[in-house]
Amino acid sequence: MMRISLQPRSNVSLNARIIISIIAALAAFALVAVPVSFAGVSPLTAYWLMFKGSFGSMFAFSETLTRATPLILTGLAAAIAFRAKLWNIGAEGQLYAGALAAIGVGSGLLSLPAPLLIPAVVLAGIVAGGLLMVIPALLKLRFGADEVVVTLLLNFIVILFVQMLIEGPIKDPLALGWPQSVPLVDAAAFPKLFARMRVHGGLILGLVAALALWIVISKTVLGFEIRAVGQNKAAARFAGVPVNATMLKVALISGGLAGLAGVSEVAGVKGYLSADLSPGFGYSGIVVAMLAGLHPLGVVLAALFVAAVFVGADSMSRATGVSNYLADLVVALSLLCVLVGGFFLRFRLKFERAAVPVQMGE
Amino acid sequence: MMQSKGQAEKGSVVLSLENITKRFGSLVANDDLSLSLNRGEILALLGENGAGKTTLMNILFGHYVPEEGTICVADDAGVLHELPKGSPSAALDAGVGMVHQHFTLAENLTGFDNIVLGTESLWQVWRSRAALRGRIEAIMQESGLTVDLDVKTAQLSVGEKQRIEILKALYRDVRVLILDEPTAVLTPQEADGLFVVLRRLAAKGLGVIFISHKLGEVLAVSHRIAVLRGGKKAGELITADADKRAIADMMVGRAVPPLQRNPSQVGSIILEFDRVSLKRGSMRQSLNDVSFAVKAGEIVGLAGVSGNGQSAIAALISGLETVDTGSVRLYGEPMKTNDPRALVAAGVARMPEDRQHDGVVGSMSVAENIAIEDLHSKEFQTAGFINRKAMRERADHGIKAYDIRCQGPDAQARLLSGGNIQKLILARVLERSPKVILANQPTRGLDIGAQSEVHQRILAARDRGAGVLLISEDLDELFALSDRLLVVHTGEVTDAGAVEGLDRGSVGMMMAGHSAHAAGEGRI
Repeated sequence: MMRISLQPRSNVSLNARIIISIIAALAAFALVAVPVSFAGVSPLTAYWLMFKGSFGSMFAFSETLTRATPLILTGLAAAIAFRAKLWNIGAEGQLYAGALAAIGVGSGLLSLPAPLLIPAVVLAGIVAGGLLMVIPALLKLRFGADEVVVTLLLNFIVILFVQMLIEGPIKDPLALGWPQSVPLVDAAAFPKLFARMRVHGGLILGLVAALALWIVISKTVLGFEIRAVGQNKAAARFAGVPVNATMLKVALISGGLAGLAGVSEVAGVKGYLSADLSPGFGYSGIVVAMLAGLHPLGVVLAALFVAAVFVGADSMSRATGVSNYLADLVVALSLLCVLVGGFFLRFRLKFERAAVPVQMGE
Repeated sequence: MMQSKGQAEKGSVVLSLENITKRFGSLVANDDLSLSLNRGEILALLGENGAGKTTLMNILFGHYVPEEGTICVADDAGVLHELPKGSPSAALDAGVGMVHQHFTLAENLTGFDNIVLGTESLWQVWRSRAALRGRIEAIMQESGLTVDLDVKTAQLSVGEKQRIEILKALYRDVRVLILDEPTAVLTPQEADGLFVVLRRLAAKGLGVIFISHKLGEVLAVSHRIAVLRGGKKAGELITADADKRAIADMMVGRAVPPLQRNPSQVGSIILEFDRVSLKRGSMRQSLNDVSFAVKAGEIVGLAGVSGNGQSAIAALISGLETVDTGSVRLYGEPMKTNDPRALVAAGVARMPEDRQHDGVVGSMSVAENIAIEDLHSKEFQTAGFINRKAMRERADHGIKAYDIRCQGPDAQARLLSGGNIQKLILARVLERSPKVILANQPTRGLDIGAQSEVHQRILAARDRGAGVLLISEDLDELFALSDRLLVVHTGEVTDAGAVEGLDRGSVGMMMAGHSAHAAGEGRI
């Protein structure tokens, strides 16, 4: 009879975390090879086409970066909130709130030159997203309302509200009946980074946000307090850390980052607000944050990975006819593999043999 | 009933553990331990935390599988049979019963239901309550354990719950009864009552293992003492021949220095509770018209059975609660309540009752945990950015000065033992030369060596002029450290006066709710 017991590991190095994430991604690709084979395509061919489709040319790489931009921001939104054990599942709604604020400020309300209008649009989106997240945080602190439920349901409220607006008050009369909002004025649009490529200034904002968040978490008093609150709220409160104030700050930052993602999509890619602005960037951000182990700089890499999988799968699907749902499969399995890997980072398995029962008289 | 099993004669071996070795990684928790228990004997298993007592009992119960060694339990005829390893049900079937430190009773059931729970077949449609009750009552009569069987367990006192636990074991016809730190939750009187019951059970042939780290009670109740230290048996002796000092040294492995107490230099009042009332959901957190004062340079001990309002007093001084009526004054000024940071700034040192849960953030480093209360001071931050170097220097100093055993300032706090976590907290709070010290269960769960260090620190702070409120459930500690004693019972505090004029018996009576006057005259 074999007994398996779990023993906690004392220390986990950063290298070990990175290696586990890479192994998890590889394991996910290995697992997805099975359904790809069933679809009648060699997995190696499919993966090579995916790679070419996401990194194979400047254009492909630009598409990957464009797709990664909102994922970096929503990933950071989830990472900071989860660090404080504030479960923000509402990045999707906050993204739309940010986008709506961007349209509100940037579609003609203010007539400013670009260097002033762009910051105003960005700020409006951050504030809108942040304030939207403050509602569930206050309900949690004041009444103990579960923020998972509140943030999740707020997503539907916000998205339906946006749909109502783009069918009515802010509907673009020149859009041939399509439900989309009035466009952003040109001065509010983010500059493109390269000629004839879609990748835009939002990427720079995302990278700066990741760096700033990393500095906040690891170098500042606020970051110290966020980590203390997240890891042991009782001890933090006992030691005088203002738990509620810290939670509210986290809510503002988290919601603000998700709101910025909305601004970035409107001002960097679409130019207007529509109900299909985000194909679930808010939810994918949670996956990105988990893949990154909630590390802000890791979020950039994880967002790049997820974006590459999605962009590459689209291109692969066009070439082979294998459904691009493959991308969802790869991302979901990567997350599961990372979670399993995280478990083995925290515990080591120990096998011990249980003795065969023996009767012994005396 | 109790005696139905066991035709074998008294004094024969009922349980024998031979050459038990259990390793956890590189740690040897039990190292070649052998132990035997006779029928009708009370064997005390004495040892500090981490000595291997709990591991040994978990092996006996099949929760752990030892690397080496055998466990044998006698059957009715006195013949020893080896227990299969790693099988809790085999241990139960062989007649080994255990009363855990944390009770395992269903609070919403009556005592009767808790006792018979799990002993009846699932397929049995009717049950004869009368017959079952008759059996329990016979056991109660035989053992002297009386308790109201028809009251919901939630309404029983801790002592009564413990009696239910013992009855539960006896009802299952045990021949070996193990009690893990049974007196931790009892008043001195309740503990004495338990000892009478244990002696009576032993006289009827039951083998009892009594796990404890308190010397006094071990000497009072046991026939034989086995001392464990570092997973090994440090010695075994007949209680009648034992000497307290020698056993203490055997437990620690070196001579423990006796506590040095200087006469106190009492100053003015620095902390005062003035008619404080506080009502929260449970009695644990409620206070009723409480007044007392702590002066500079004295240690005021707060005695009481756990859950009588100590938590509320500690929460107020810790800045985690506010009063309903009355006031708490610090240096004569009404205290800014509900603000731990203001209290720390005002010179209050607070040691949390549950140091693992409220004291440290386990996944943060030793340095961060030492600095956490002073995060906003100039020493540790500039314009919101943390000064890691200063934190590490402070931690280096604390690790040396308070002898914190760890890998260094960057080690995670969760890797420290309980004693070292307490030293970390001392390094955090005492380094600022506080004027008021709240020492809440400062040595609970610590070994004798660490206890003595914590005690020295508290006495040194008092000699330096700090006023200390010492909350403890350990009467020995209260008597050894305090200048004055208060007793708390159901949210009310009574001044018992200077320690010199007090005896344990009268303090015990006050802990049980009898007035100081009645207690003084020895009446109940």
